[in-house]
Amino acid sequence: MANQQSTSGNPRVDLEYRRKKNVEEMRYQVITFALMIFLTLIAFAAVGFGDVSNWFTIPFILLLAVVQVIFQLYYFMHMSHKGHEAPQLFLYSGALVGFLTVLAFMTIIWW
Amino acid sequence: MSTNAQKKGFGAVLWDYLTTVDHKKIAILYLIAGGIFFILGGLEAMIIRIQLAIPDNNFVSAGFYNEVLTMHGTTMIFLAAMPLLFAFMNAVVPLQIGARDVAFPFLNSLGFWLFFFGGVFLNLSWFLGGAPDAGWTSYASLSLASEGHGIDFYSLGLQISGFGTLIAGINFLVTIINMRAPGMTYMRMPLFTWTTFVASALILFAFPALTVGIFFLTFDRLFGSNFFDPTMGGNTVIWEHLFWIFGHPEVYILILPAFGIFSDIISTFSRKRLFGYSSMVFATVLIGFLGFMVWAHHMFTTGLGPIANAIFAVATMAIAVPTGIKIFNWLFTMWGGSIKFTTPMLYAVAFVPSFVMGGVTGVMLAAAPADYQYHDSYFVVAHFHYVIIGGVVLSLLAATHFYWPKMFGTMLNEFLGKITFWLFLIGFHLTFFIQHFLGLMGMPRRIFTFLPNQGLEIGNLVSSIGAFFMAVATIILLINIVITSVKNVKVGNDPWGDGRTLEWAIASPPPYYNFKQLPLVRGLDPYWIEKMEGKKEMTPAEPLGDIHMPNGSFIPFMISLGLFIAAFGAMYRLDYGWGLPVLIIGLVITFGSMFVRSIKDDHGYHIHKEELMDDDDNKGVKA
Amino acid sequence: MHAEEKMTHETWPASPEKATLEAKNKFLGFWFFLGGETVLFASLFATYLALKDKVPTADHVLAKDLFEMPLVFLMTMILLTSSLTSVYAMYHMKNFNFKKMQLWLGITVLLGLSFLGLEIYEFNHYVHEFHHTFSSSAFGSAFYTLVGFHGAHVAFGLCWIVSLMIRNAKRGLSLYNAPKFYTASLYWHYIDVVWVFIFTVVYLMGMVG
Repeated sequence: MANQQSTSGNPRVDLEYRRKKNVEEMRYQVITFALMIFLTLIAFAAVGFGDVSNWFTIPFILLLAVVQVIFQLYYFMHMSHKGHEAPQLFLYSGALVGFLTVLAFMTIIWW
Repeated sequence: MSTNAQKKGFGAVLWDYLTTVDHKKIAILYLIAGGIFFILGGLEAMIIRIQLAIPDNNFVSAGFYNEVLTMHGTTMIFLAAMPLLFAFMNAVVPLQIGARDVAFPFLNSLGFWLFFFGGVFLNLSWFLGGAPDAGWTSYASLSLASEGHGIDFYSLGLQISGFGTLIAGINFLVTIINMRAPGMTYMRMPLFTWTTFVASALILFAFPALTVGIFFLTFDRLFGSNFFDPTMGGNTVIWEHLFWIFGHPEVYILILPAFGIFSDIISTFSRKRLFGYSSMVFATVLIGFLGFMVWAHHMFTTGLGPIANAIFAVATMAIAVPTGIKIFNWLFTMWGGSIKFTTPMLYAVAFVPSFVMGGVTGVMLAAAPADYQYHDSYFVVAHFHYVIIGGVVLSLLAATHFYWPKMFGTMLNEFLGKITFWLFLIGFHLTFFIQHFLGLMGMPRRIFTFLPNQGLEIGNLVSSIGAFFMAVATIILLINIVITSVKNVKVGNDPWGDGRTLEWAIASPPPYYNFKQLPLVRGLDPYWIEKMEGKKEMTPAEPLGDIHMPNGSFIPFMISLGLFIAAFGAMYRLDYGWGLPVLIIGLVITFGSMFVRSIKDDHGYHIHKEELMDDDDNKGVKA
Repeated sequence: MHAEEKMTHETWPASPEKATLEAKNKFLGFWFFLGGETVLFASLFATYLALKDKVPTADHVLAKDLFEMPLVFLMTMILLTSSLTSVYAMYHMKNFNFKKMQLWLGITVLLGLSFLGLEIYEFNHYVHEFHHTFSSSAFGSAFYTLVGFHGAHVAFGLCWIVSLMIRNAKRGLSLYNAPKFYTASLYWHYIDVVWVFIFTVVYLMGMVG
C-alpha cells in the first residue's frame, strides 16, 4: 500500500489531490444519475403516451434498460475503475448464461 | 489425524473438527462424509443389481426400487462425487498455488456443513416415510404426483447442500485469483488448479438455475404455487430446462477436476512435463464455455422441434474436439516418458480408453435422430456410467492413493492398491459394457424387473456379477485404509519421489500454516525445477515473519443446523401444527448465527516468528 | 497494513475497500456472487416471461389489467434515488468522513423502506382487488416469485446496512469495516440493476400487452 499512499512524499498534498479526484468522480456520478432518471422517464413516456406500435416500443424500452444498467454498473458500481477485470469477466459470463436461459424460455418451452 | 488422537481426547478432537476453518481438516471432513455417502450410494447400486440379476425377481418391491434408484443417482452425484472432489480440491489446490489457506476459511467450513446437513436431511427420508422416487432428475409432472414427503426431502435437502456447493465454488475462484504465491502466474498453475478454477466458475453459473428450479418445485408442492401444473397455466417443461441448464454443466463440474487430477498424475509418473500444457488449459476453458450451450441434448425427445435439436446436437458434438485434444495430450505425455506404474498411474492409464468409450457413445447420443432410439434405454445408462465411473470415480480412487500421503502423512499399501484397481476396473467394464447391448436390445432404464425369454437374462446377470467385483474392490480399499492407518508409517515431503508441484515441497501432512515462507515460483512444475537444479526445497520469496491465521468457529455448524431444522418445519407445515414454529425457529437460528458472525469482530491471530523457528523440529503435529 | 489499525485522514488509503488481503478477497468474492445472482434472476425472468398471462380460466386477471403506472413510477424513482444516496455514502467513506457516510446510509435505508412499503401495498392491492394471488394461476406464481425475490433482496439489504450502521456507530471507520460497507453498497446497486429490468420487463411490457 505504501506506493499508493504518498507519491508526492507530502501526505497533505496527496490528500488534497485525492479529495479533488473524489469530488470530480462524484460529479460524474450525479450526471450519471440525471441520465438514468432521464432514460427512465423516456421509457415510461414511451409506454404511457405512445400510440407507437409494440414492435418499436418493446425493443426500445429494453435498450433503454440495458443502457441504464451499464451506467449503474460502470459508474455507480465503479466497474470502469481498474482492478475490475475479473468482476467484468464473471458478470458478463453470468449475463451470457442468463441471456441463453431467457432466450430458451421464450422459444423452446413448447407452447 | 491419528497423531491428533494420541495427543488429545476424543471430545477435543471432535470439537476441533466441528469448528475448524483449516482447509486441510475440511478436506478430511469432506473425504469422510463423501466417502460414507459413496458407500451408501454403492449399497443402493448393489440392491439395484441384485434385483435385476435374474428376470421376474422380487428382491425388492417396485416402489422401493424407485426409491433406491432415485437415491442412488442423487447420492452419487451430489453427496459423493462432488464432495470427494471438494476433498481433494481443499487438500491440494491451496498447496499447489503456494497459499497459506483458502480466501474464505470461514465460508469454507460453512460450505462443508451445509453440504453435510443437506445430505443427512436427504437420507433421513429413508426413516421418515420413504425416500424420493422420481429419479435423480425428478421431472416435474412425476415429482408433483409423488405422494408422501420423499420429493420434499429431495428438494429441501438439495437446496441446502446446493448453497454449500455455491459457497465452495466462489471460495475456490477467489483463492485461485488472489492467493497465488509470488511467480505463480496463471500459465504456471498445475492442471488440477486450472480445472478446479473452471469447475468453480461452472458451479457459480450453474447452481443458481438449480436453486430456482428447486424453489419452484418446493413452492409447487408445499406452498400452493402452480409453476408446473398445466391446468393452472403452468408448464412442466420449465423444470426440465432449469434442471438441465444446471445439470449439464454439473457433469463438467465433475469431470473437469478429474481431468486435472489425471493430468497431474500422468505427468508425475511419466516424469515428463505435461505435453501441450497451454492447449490443455485452452481445452479446459473451452469445455467449460461450451458446457452451457448443450443442455437441451438431454431433452431431444421432449419435442423442442428440429431446429433446436439440430443446434444442440452440433454444439454437443463440438465438445468432442477439446476433449479429444486432452486425450492426445495425455497420450503424448506418456509417449517417451519413463513411466512408473504406481497405483495412481494404473488408474490414469485405464482411464484414457475407458473415458474414450464413454465419449464415443456420447457423440452417438448427440445425434438427435439416433437419440430417439437410445433415449431412456440402458444404452444411456451405460454411457453415463462410462463417463462418470470411467472418468470421475477412477480419478477419485487415483487421487485417494496419490494424495493420501499428503493428507495423512502415510502411504496406502501399493499391493492392495493394485488389487483394488484390477478388481474395480474389471468389475466396471463387466457391469457396464454389456449394458450398451442391453439398451440396444430394447431394455428401458429405470424398470424394476424384466421378463424371461427376451434375451436379457445373460446380459443382466453378467452386469450384476461385475457389480460385485466393484463392491469387493471397495472393501479392499477400506481394509487398505485401516491397515495403513494402524501401521502409520510416516513419510517425507515427496513420498512418490517424482512430485513436480508445490504440494510436494512441504511436509506430509503440511503444518497448519502450510508454508513457513511463501515459495518463489520460477516456472511450470516449480518443485521439479528446483530438484533438477539439485536443491532440496523451494527458494523462499519472503523473509520469515509473523503469519496471520483465522480463528476457528462453531458458527458455520449453527447456520447449517438452523436450515436443517427449518427444512423439517417447511416440510411438515401442512401436516402438523408444530411445522410453522419449527420453520421459524430454524430460520431464527440461521439468521441469528449470521448476525452474531457479522457483529462479532474476528481478526484472527498471529503466529510469531519465534514459534515458527521452534517448529522446525516437530513439523505438522500442532493442530 | 493491519485491519485493526486506528486510521486518520492521512493514513486512510485511496481504495479502503481493497486495502487488505481480506478486503481484496471479499471484494472479488462478492462480485462473483453477483455474477451468480445474475443467473438466478435471469432464470426467474425467463420463467416469468414463459408464464406471463398463463391463467386457468378466461376471467382471471392478466398483466395489462393489473399494473398501474403511477405506483411503479414512484417505486422506480425511490429506488433509483436510493442508489445515488448510497453512492454519496461511499464518497464520504473514501474521504474518511464517517458521520456523513452514516447520514447518507440512513437516507438510503429510509428510501429502501418506503420502496418496500409500497411493494407490500401493491401486492395487497392485487390480492384483494383482483384476486391475483400466488396460487391463483401460474402467472401469479411467477409474478410474485420474481418480484418477491427482488423484494426479499431489498429487505435483506436493509437489514444488512442497518446492522452495519448500528454495529459500527461508536467505532467509526476502519480497514476492517470499510470493505463491509463497500460490499453492502454494491449489493444495493445490484438490487437497483435488477429493478431496472423488473420495471421494464414486468411492468412496462406488461402494460403494453
